[in-house]
Amino acid sequence: MARAATGEGRKIVINPVTRVEGHGKVTIRLDEAGRVECARFHIIEFRGFERFVQGRLFWEVPVMVQRLCGICPISHLLAASKAMDVVVGADRLTPTAEKMRRLMHYGQIFQSHALHFFHLASPDLLFGFDAPVEKRNVIGVIREHPETAKKAVLMRKYGQEVIQATAGKKIHGTGSIPGGVNKNLSLEERDGLLEDVDTMTEWALEGLQLCKGIIRSDPERLLAFGTFESIYVSIVRDDGCLDLYDGKLRAKDANGGIIFDKVAPDDYADYIREGVRPWSYMKFPYIKSLGSEEGWYRVGPLARMNNCDFIDTPLAEKERQEFMALGDGKPVHATMAYHWARMIELVHAAEKIKELLNDPDLQGADLTTSGERRGRGVAWIEAPRGTLFHHYEVDANDQVTLANLIVSTTSNNEAMNRSVRSIAEQHLEGKEISEGLLNHIEVGIRAYDPCLSCATHALGTMRLRAQLLDHCGNVIAEGWRE
Amino acid sequence: MKTRESSTGSILILGYGNPGRQDDGLGPAFAESLGSLGRPGVSVDSNYQLNVEDAASVARHDRVLFVDACRQGEAPFVISGVSPVREIAFTTHAVSPRAVLALCEDCFGARPEAWVLGIRGYEFGVVEGLTRRARGNLEKALGFVGELIGQWKEKEHGDGQRP
Repeated sequence: MARAATGEGRKIVINPVTRVEGHGKVTIRLDEAGRVECARFHIIEFRGFERFVQGRLFWEVPVMVQRLCGICPISHLLAASKAMDVVVGADRLTPTAEKMRRLMHYGQIFQSHALHFFHLASPDLLFGFDAPVEKRNVIGVIREHPETAKKAVLMRKYGQEVIQATAGKKIHGTGSIPGGVNKNLSLEERDGLLEDVDTMTEWALEGLQLCKGIIRSDPERLLAFGTFESIYVSIVRDDGCLDLYDGKLRAKDANGGIIFDKVAPDDYADYIREGVRPWSYMKFPYIKSLGSEEGWYRVGPLARMNNCDFIDTPLAEKERQEFMALGDGKPVHATMAYHWARMIELVHAAEKIKELLNDPDLQGADLTTSGERRGRGVAWIEAPRGTLFHHYEVDANDQVTLANLIVSTTSNNEAMNRSVRSIAEQHLEGKEISEGLLNHIEVGIRAYDPCLSCATHALGTMRLRAQLLDHCGNVIAEGWRE
Repeated sequence: MKTRESSTGSILILGYGNPGRQDDGLGPAFAESLGSLGRPGVSVDSNYQLNVEDAASVARHDRVLFVDACRQGEAPFVISGVSPVREIAFTTHAVSPRAVLALCEDCFGARPEAWVLGIRGYEFGVVEGLTRRARGNLEKALGFVGELIGQWKEKEHGDGQRP
């Protein structure tokens, strides 16, 4: 962490934000009176995969995009595979292919959510935001809650085992391909995973109760922390059910009213636009009909809970109903409720994994399908952190001519800035700038579980650049890197 | 809960890195080459990065070798022992070898002998494939570790025959 003072205003820099994937930087601008003027969460890590995949053969893309992120390669594998399903004309996958991919995806959700809650978020919740950094970390969790920490490691391991059994291997898995999958689940693999799935469900429920208990113990503080009203975007099944693998796009306003619903992937550009800001590499998606100022939205577990009508697994559905009661008929807007929603999804993922493992279609031999070849493929998936869009244009030589990705962290970009500002306004104005206060900002960002390593664009065309402006809009400091 | 691995043994080789970033793929390339030999008693695994669940795998072995690419340092490779360190900052979703060892000790009560092998790499751009010089370093590292595993096996065998 570093702090610096500039001539006309005071700038506070937190760099890096700990326990966030990739590298980020937060700047807070204070006015001459010491009040928070604005707060921003910046990207430092720079990649440009959309440009990189141009010219590559389309069937290489699902494997290639996995390098976008070492944290959620499976989300990119599946989103790209689904987009390329469209290109090869595979409008309806075989039951084996569809269910193998779903199993892979729920394994990814399970391991990602377990890691985030137990190892990244729980120190904040268990020890309090003001606890010293020396205590407020996973080592503190291990010391004071050793069984919880051990279970978290084993949950993460279980999710990885599901992925390995379905994707084939951990690096550049090839289990999912355009038009289907290239392996089914052997009986040996199935039985091995079934052996532990009830334990996983039990531990997921324990984690949920832990999370819920902490928030319930201090709701006035925790549910107000960094909270603001927003729009929510996610995919849902045609009947309104939570579906993390496939569905149509739905957007709800802050009161729970439908902004749009049942939007097909191919029409996404009619509803979602991506803006840019001069001070950040990240794009700022917004709902086209509302414009960039009013149309920003949140994605991820909180959005999915707010948007779906029900969950088709019993334990998670019971928990969803309890969760939604917080909103009293409206969406739940609490930023810290992301953690609660994430844990409901953890339980749901465990239930789904069990349901799928007991489905004999996973041992089927009909793995791929195809149809009329197309030049454009658009698809989405609910990645652990939110809706992930993949859009490709492919020419007659099978080469990719255009790629556009909207990753979850990008969609939450504006929301994270608003959270930072909200927290800064609550905790920094007119007060001493303490470690504890700065920690609050980290806690707020961490609720979104941002993964920045794949959230930037345009290799070779932009430089990372940060500007500081005074209250008249004059640049008072500037920095960049190539 | 039981854990499943494709193979188990007294020795675990963990190669990590991103094969899509040129020489950053040295760790996985090392694991792939060594794994293809199918040496008995040697488990081989690879991933983009180390993570908390590696602690569970590490706990089941007597000796662990973490294999990563080095941006700096001596060619063709350097090897050094590594001990558990309870780092405050699990700064990202990825964790370091010493943090994995600390989790292994704290969660599973195991403290295997461990080393980090750093193979010198030169280019880390968004390109697939190792550079020529990195491939040369990889070959030398594979030869060295092949002999090292032999020595470990001999030592195990000797220990096993003691009364």
